[in-house]
Amino acid sequence: MRRTLRLLYAGWKFHLKSLTISGFFIIVSVISPVIFASIAYLMFRAGARPGSLLFVAIGAGMMGIWSATLFGSGGAIAWQRWQGTLEYCVAVPPAFIWVILPLTIATSTIGLYSLTSTLIWGWLFFDVPFELVHPAWFFVSLPVAVLALGLLGLVLASTFVMYRQANALSNLLEYPIWLVTGLLPGLTLLPGWTRPSSRALAPTWGVKALREAALGGEPGFAVAMSAVLGLAYLVIGHYCLRYFEKLAREKATLSLQG
Amino acid sequence: MTSLRIFFVGGRMTYRALFYWLTPQIYVPSLLMAPIFQILLFAYIGRSAGLESDEFYVVGNALQYCAIPCLFAMTQMIGGERYQNTLSAILVSPARRIPLFFGRALPVVANGAFVSAFSLAAGTAILGVDIPLSAVPALVLVIIVAAFSCTGLGLMNAAVSLRVRENAVLSNVIFGFLLIFTGANVPLSELPGWMSTMSQGLPFTHAIKAARELTDGASLGSVADLVGAELLIGLCYAAAGYALLRLMEAQSRRHASLERS
Repeated sequence: MRRTLRLLYAGWKFHLKSLTISGFFIIVSVISPVIFASIAYLMFRAGARPGSLLFVAIGAGMMGIWSATLFGSGGAIAWQRWQGTLEYCVAVPPAFIWVILPLTIATSTIGLYSLTSTLIWGWLFFDVPFELVHPAWFFVSLPVAVLALGLLGLVLASTFVMYRQANALSNLLEYPIWLVTGLLPGLTLLPGWTRPSSRALAPTWGVKALREAALGGEPGFAVAMSAVLGLAYLVIGHYCLRYFEKLAREKATLSLQG
Repeated sequence: MTSLRIFFVGGRMTYRALFYWLTPQIYVPSLLMAPIFQILLFAYIGRSAGLESDEFYVVGNALQYCAIPCLFAMTQMIGGERYQNTLSAILVSPARRIPLFFGRALPVVANGAFVSAFSLAAGTAILGVDIPLSAVPALVLVIIVAAFSCTGLGLMNAAVSLRVRENAVLSNVIFGFLLIFTGANVPLSELPGWMSTMSQGLPFTHAIKAARELTDGASLGSVADLVGAELLIGLCYAAAGYALLRLMEAQSRRHASLERS
């Protein structure tokens, strides 16, 4: 148990550091959310229904957390493959899940830069007030949301193991998840058939918890839903990873590229 | 004759060899499906904010999304040579540079225009936007001009990629700036003064405005000034891109950085 925890901590710290020096990740987690937040601030300020700019800032920050998780976790296996380390990761004594999990959690953790940057950007240039109604809940909601997204990242990483063009799938999944999880547009505006998928996705509950903690409401249920979904993703990720790893070993596709 | 061969055959071969997006598994999600979701995202944000109609976002984002193929492909087709270790062989060849570089730009313009046209058609169908059939030929022209204009900017970006390694990062940043500044999602009148002034010198601003007027029933003649301005901007970027490419080529030779990837 202690060895596993040490492996998780060391892996998380290593990947957090290595992602922090990646120009691509700085774009995805800082510049891109700030760009989208600016567009949303301008749109809501000019629109007939201005709404709360803090609502927008939190949504834009969560967009960045999702993007970092999506590109980081979705591309995690592909990167190991390109670097020629995937076979070693699979062959080492600890189970593959304990090698990949810290990486996926590190990718969602890096997304915290997004929330920080959109809040600071909004405060500096758009007069967005950073006044929290339930500050304690906000700081509980944040790590739970990040962890839940990291575990969702595990599901992505495990399913992308068989798909060598994972980046293309990541490109495709960025906007739809922003849309159906209500990170910027209100969920009530979306067609009814999108609701089940919204409820099954951690960003929906993560952003709901953060918004209710910041703007007022009962964030407890959303935090609990984030935690429950996180556990569900862990179970799904575990089985997917085991299944796809077995398949990739059988087909000898672990080291194949392109 | 040799220049024409380099322009057409060289451009086509480079496009096929270096532009990985031709693989359907990558092309379809990245260039055909992603723009549809970008249109839907902004249309729904617009509905949430109570700003403009669906048509505004369909036209704005369909045209602006051609920045992805134009910026990334142009960079990939020139900067990518470096990663393939073929750049030195090309640059020591006696081939004339204008057909060499602009031949590579031609398929990029065609592809960018196709992506925009597809996004416009799909966005229109999904959100039930009404575009008069009579506006279609003029819209096609505007889309081609917009793709050309952005490819000019892509040429500059490609030149920078001869010296800067993180060219994908740079392309993403430019894409984001175009999303804000060109009026694709925020009306130019709602942007701060300095932003709307800057937007006048960027690709897409005039093309998006012209396309919106065309979908509202205007004739091609009445938007000719906007199309002309977009074309002029494209020509300026293409000329600047070519000059920058020659400069970077000379710099790369001087600093022996051609093969540094």
